[in-house]
Amino acid sequence: MKTVRNVVCPFCGSLCDDIEVDIEDNRVVKVRKGCAISATKFTKYNEERIYKPRIDGREVSLEEAINEAVEILANAKYPALYGWSCTSTEAINIGIEIAELVGGVMDNTASVCHGPTILGEQDAGISTCTLGQVKNRAELIIYWGCNPAHAHPRHMARYSAASRGRFVKGRKERTVIVVDVRKTHTAKTADIFIQIKPNSDFELLTALRWAVKNGELEQEEIAGIPAEKIEELADMLISCRFGALFFGLGLTMSAGKARNIEAAVNLVRELNNYTKFVMVPMRGHFNVTGANEVMAWATGFPFAVDFSRGYPFYNPGDTTFVDVLTRGDCDAALIVASDPVSGFPAEAIRNLAKIPVITLDPHETLTTMISKVVIPTAVVGIEAEGSAYRMDAVPLRLKKLVEPPPGILSDEEVLKMILKKLKERVK
Amino acid sequence: MIKVILITGRSLNQGVSKELGKFSKEYMEKVAVCELDPEDLKLLGVSSGQNVKVKTKYGEVVVKATESTQAPHKGIAFIPYGPWASILMPSATESTGMPSLKGIEATIEPAKDEEILDPEKLIKMVVGREP
Ligand code: SF4
Repeated sequence: MKTVRNVVCPFCGSLCDDIEVDIEDNRVVKVRKGCAISATKFTKYNEERIYKPRIDGREVSLEEAINEAVEILANAKYPALYGWSCTSTEAINIGIEIAELVGGVMDNTASVCHGPTILGEQDAGISTCTLGQVKNRAELIIYWGCNPAHAHPRHMARYSAASRGRFVKGRKERTVIVVDVRKTHTAKTADIFIQIKPNSDFELLTALRWAVKNGELEQEEIAGIPAEKIEELADMLISCRFGALFFGLGLTMSAGKARNIEAAVNLVRELNNYTKFVMVPMRGHFNVTGANEVMAWATGFPFAVDFSRGYPFYNPGDTTFVDVLTRGDCDAALIVASDPVSGFPAEAIRNLAKIPVITLDPHETLTTMISKVVIPTAVVGIEAEGSAYRMDAVPLRLKKLVEPPPGILSDEEVLKMILKKLKERVK
Repeated sequence: MIKVILITGRSLNQGVSKELGKFSKEYMEKVAVCELDPEDLKLLGVSSGQNVKVKTKYGEVVVKATESTQAPHKGIAFIPYGPWASILMPSATESTGMPSLKGIEATIEPAKDEEILDPEKLIKMVVGREP
């Protein structure tokens, strides 16, 4: 038996890098330090595995599957390349090259999670920092529209509310505020819980900014919250020495979307006139931040990049995958490390099911069910190495712990093979 | 029937069961659910564990009602991310790329004898053919 320490967990954007795993006979037998999700991920990654490439449900050789994928991509007028949040930075990089070569549109899952965060930041900027800064210095922490107790189980203990920092020693030395529509399990651990009406985050953020700037509010109640409570809250935010706002899809998915983020950015900016305040998005999939980073440094844009004009073009709402699909624009799709069929609206799924889809995934998913070509790949961070970006954009190295099943390559290797053949094919 | 605002999101059970496989019994058990405030359950005359039908302008789906452990949130229903939640959602993104996956108007009615579709049947229903 071998023990590997400082393993990075390839599940959520917290990318905890202190996991310890015991390996025996090329299998992970025990996981220490990880949360419940992490423990399941490391030990159950062989459930519902795909072991053989398929075309139209028929098992084929890897070469046949790759040839078919190349044919589909080369013949398509406007292929879409989507997913990328659960694979390595290196694989994403090759995906971009493929998208450029075939003149397709490349989008990542940020478009259906923190895409509006990026849009808000592009409009208004962002005052941010690494999670280490929060751990060491933040005296006041807000979780707004996010529920780390469920979605990022170790976030509070490792990086935020209950973390033991250099200058701020632990939970007792911090004030924790939760803003949510439900009294979530995160809210139940907070010092202050603000239960907001659904779809009224923009109003509360704006009122809070007004209260920070001017003290008193004119209305009696905003977003279901009495004015005095908002004023009190504003005082607390101003008087802390270092505050951090963590926010989730409660802001990006509800009414206002990108405008909610802009309102949050403006609140944080206003607070910086009085104290030090930062904000960090609670990114979901382990490398969705990486997908944005790689696409931004390679093309200038973090998601929804369209190469059909021969140069990168970015227009969210138009070149985002849900919109491309809903309009029925793309005539083929390459899906890597993602399951859009599980998460997309019905209209988009119906159109995806009409076109040839190539899917790279270690596991059976609802998307592999409707795919013409399925190529199984290694589980990144367990069977393949690579790098990934944490939610605060700190890159970390994922380890290869065990060998993948025989004949199964990583996303990076399969994409390289597709790219090589495509180059010969479209020459 | 009651009117609610529907939100979707991640739950710990959804995260764990997803890793057991999208076609596993656990995934369906933990994700084809609608968490309701105890008062809303009473209003509906449904007890935790019985099936309900959730309808929006965009679709309808049968899931299992459960009593929320993150109450109070009267008038708000929660369904974890997954195929059952997403077919209830609009595809319009209001120029952002993001469909509104939280804050949708919905109605809920008892559906004690109706079947919860497994992922395969659900997709068949959505695409209108054998996948
Ligand atoms: S919090 Fe996220 S990264 Fe950390 S162990 Fe749990 S699932 Fe993995």
